[in-house]
Amino acid sequence: MTNKIETINLSLWYGEHQALTEVSIEIQKNMVTALIGPSGCGKTTFIRALNRMNDLIEGVRISGEVLLDNEDIYADSIDVVHLRKRVGMVFQQPNPFPMSIYDNAAYGPRIHGIKNRGKLDEIVERSIRAAALWGEVKDRLNKPALALSGGQQQRLCIARALAVEPEVILMDEPCSALDPIATTKIEDLIQDLKKEYTIVIVTHNMQQAARVSDMAAFFMMEEDRAGVLVEYGPTSQIFTNPEDKRTEDYVTGRFG
Amino acid sequence: MAIRITYNKRLREIQDEVLLMGSMVEKAIARSIDALKRRDLKLAEQVVEDDQKINQKRFAIEESCITLIATQQPMAGDLRIIITVLNLITELERMGDYAEGIARITLMIGDEPPLKPLIDIPRMDEKARDMLRRSLEAFINRDSDEAIRITAEDDEVDNLYDQVFRELLIFMMEDPRTITRATRLIWVAHNLERIADRVTNICERVVFTVTGKMEEIGASKY
Repeated sequence: MTNKIETINLSLWYGEHQALTEVSIEIQKNMVTALIGPSGCGKTTFIRALNRMNDLIEGVRISGEVLLDNEDIYADSIDVVHLRKRVGMVFQQPNPFPMSIYDNAAYGPRIHGIKNRGKLDEIVERSIRAAALWGEVKDRLNKPALALSGGQQQRLCIARALAVEPEVILMDEPCSALDPIATTKIEDLIQDLKKEYTIVIVTHNMQQAARVSDMAAFFMMEEDRAGVLVEYGPTSQIFTNPEDKRTEDYVTGRFG
Repeated sequence: MAIRITYNKRLREIQDEVLLMGSMVEKAIARSIDALKRRDLKLAEQVVEDDQKINQKRFAIEESCITLIATQQPMAGDLRIIITVLNLITELERMGDYAEGIARITLMIGDEPPLKPLIDIPRMDEKARDMLRRSLEAFINRDSDEAIRITAEDDEVDNLYDQVFRELLIFMMEDPRTITRATRLIWVAHNLERIADRVTNICERVVFTVTGKMEEIGASKY
């Protein structure tokens, strides 16, 4: 096993409120890592810290380190646009751009300077295929993305993230707006994608975490601070024999 | 804060049912030996008949477990309890079959004259039932230390079995006409030995419930 991302004593404050508390975790390459915990525990803040999405929020203060392939992503030398190309993100609500299916998938590569039509065609097909959507949209690539169903839109968003050839994909509750069938498709897709990518997923659905992830991290909040990493380990252990009483109480549904 | 009230209630009910099934099995074993000692064929028939109730209880508990898994998704410690219950009821059902087997042997013996007074077989019965009762208590109390202690006691039952076997062997060597009757008693002792052995399986599951570790504790001689 190799580390893809490592955080060392990562703390984060929104103004006075501490949202992450000295989180140290090693996220393994080509594995699915699920972040679980009650609302407000800091899972989303944590995942957003992994590609510096929190930079956009005013009043955020960070200490500690986030290493991507052993390189600190908060170092001055880091190009944030390049970082977000390497570490892509898929959000809770499918958010395709109001343009065609093709243009959604081609959006990232175009931003990164690819203009050649043949090359773009190839990237679009490859990424839409990788997102398990190709069969459903190949005959209507020029139709508006917003005409797709919610589940298809979410897979298009995954295709859009894949088009720039990221190394890590962060997913923030990618299925919570989807119906069970669409959810199953995304979950199957996640299993396919982990062969090529490292995936970190935030989910409120514990069963989903148990189904899709290899490793699971349980976060909690305490009285005056959030983002406390309680336990991190193989998913099979977290869901059958957790070490910490608080994890046990959470996964058995006795609090949270 | 009370949370998952219905779920907790179901989980407790299932464990209560296991205790109930355990006492049904214990009673079946005690009655089967009692019937053998007293040549009470009516009681032996009752044991055979009652085994159906044990089998039904097992299926009822299994169904409750399946429903709980399907509807409530037990996790972690709760999941281990449910998995343990599924194993326990299989062991208990089988012990019930052994009791039934002993009762059938009594029916087979019918009114043949006794070979010898029964001494070690009732001892095996008492020991095995004591182990059974305590193993289920250990499950309810989540007492893995007690479970490990009970497992060690299986040797006593094994030794009694050896004794019964040797003694009956001598009978058979001295007088081959006793072979049929002696063999039947060996079957009885063997069934009791198996019952105690299955108690050790229950004990292993108690350890699993508490620690999450699956391991064989002290393999039996037989």
